[in-house]
Amino acid sequence: MATQFIVHDKKDTVGVVVVEDVKTGATIEGWVMEGDGTVKVKALKPVPLGHKIALVDMKKGDTVLKYGHDIGRMVADARKGDHIHVHNMKTKRW
Amino acid sequence: MAKAPAIVKKRSRNVGKLPFMGYRRENGRVGIRNHVIILPLDDLSNAAAEAVANNIKGTLALPHAYGRLQFGEDLALHFRTLIGTGCNANVAAVVVIGIEPGWTGRVVEGIAKTGKPVQGFAIEGNGDLRTIEKASRVAQQFVMWATEKQREQCTIDELWVSTKCGESDTTSGLASCPTVGNLIDKVDPLGATTCFGETSELTGAEKEMVKRAMDKKAADKFMTVFNAYQDMINRHKTSDLSESQPTKGNIAGGLTTIEEKAFGNFQKIGHKTKYIDVLGPAEAPKKGAGLYFMDTSSAAAECVTLQAAAGFVVHLFPTGQGNVIGNPIEPVIKLTANPKTAREMPEHIDLDVSGILRREMDLDEAGDRLIDVMIRVCNGRYTCAEALGHREFVMTKLYPSA
Repeated sequence: MATQFIVHDKKDTVGVVVVEDVKTGATIEGWVMEGDGTVKVKALKPVPLGHKIALVDMKKGDTVLKYGHDIGRMVADARKGDHIHVHNMKTKRW
Repeated sequence: MAKAPAIVKKRSRNVGKLPFMGYRRENGRVGIRNHVIILPLDDLSNAAAEAVANNIKGTLALPHAYGRLQFGEDLALHFRTLIGTGCNANVAAVVVIGIEPGWTGRVVEGIAKTGKPVQGFAIEGNGDLRTIEKASRVAQQFVMWATEKQREQCTIDELWVSTKCGESDTTSGLASCPTVGNLIDKVDPLGATTCFGETSELTGAEKEMVKRAMDKKAADKFMTVFNAYQDMINRHKTSDLSESQPTKGNIAGGLTTIEEKAFGNFQKIGHKTKYIDVLGPAEAPKKGAGLYFMDTSSAAAECVTLQAAAGFVVHLFPTGQGNVIGNPIEPVIKLTANPKTAREMPEHIDLDVSGILRREMDLDEAGDRLIDVMIRVCNGRYTCAEALGHREFVMTKLYPSA
């Protein structure tokens, strides 16, 4: 199966969709760049190209990890396979 | 889109000195373009400058919005930017036009230190029409002299390369910024002089930035500049920075927070290269070959204008959603890893690296392709932005005028 999403770091809790047509219910395959691994997740929502998909269940207040680093916090709960963006995530700074 | 010729692979095994054909200027610096520019000192002189550029074919006016009643560091930056632009090795000769002779002469004297032809004209006491005639006669001589200049063989250690990304999305951090990073890691050991900036867009990655300094002095200098920027942003901030960090384009492309954007931006300096010094805006590097960080805003045209004024002659610009920026004197090479952008905006994209996301191309190959495109642009190939006439020349203003 072709790579449909990419994960920067093994520690990351989100991956980035790199194809244009991820539909609800699709099980998609991801490439974990660190260590050249593979991971699968079932999309609970349509996730557009370039947008993030949750790799784990997350609670409001949880730190989101990408590049192995803190990139912000959840402002709503999300399940593995959910679309993660401005509707449920925010910077800790502003 | 540029296709990489077969020699790329060979070059990656034996990079050599990456020769290109450039213009060697009077002071020894190497340019890749041969512009004769008509440089207004101030907003009032734009009309005359543009009239001269219209009269004399092959010259280029650089109109801008400022230059009156500025003071202190803001005025120093104004002069540094104008003089630096005139001094840039992509510029063969300069005509300066200002409203009055004093400050006009200051710009002329600054540029004259390079040894290149430069002459100033003041409007007060002459009016636009007499000024335009006198300046046009000199501009004609300059352009006829400059067009006889020949390119000669130069090498990568004479090349000054800047980088900045724009309208980034998550594909920027995954592939197009790391492609620039791969290039930086390859040209740094060959003695290239390189520069990145965007102080605000390192927010969240500042601790990693400190680790990438060559020494404690450079790290401390970075944190001083970074903290000053944070203080400014905190004084004026709104809850979401008014959809400016990330921008609406960034958000459409999937970037949610400034921290996420910062880690993507940070990929542009590769994995091995360390920055040797921190420059003020438009400040020329003084420590020889190596990577420099420049304190700039993250607005594309402002940043590239400052880097060009510091002497950088070719620019690498990764974009996600399709920023279309160019610069009048420093060619801007655009690359994207977003397949949709590459497909929908091909006239703006010099190199498509979306194959990295499909795992058809690895970063090493993408970096080699970018080196190849960069050398071709150094040899004279127009960038997309040059062909489309993008000449965004935007002065940075630090605070209101007096």
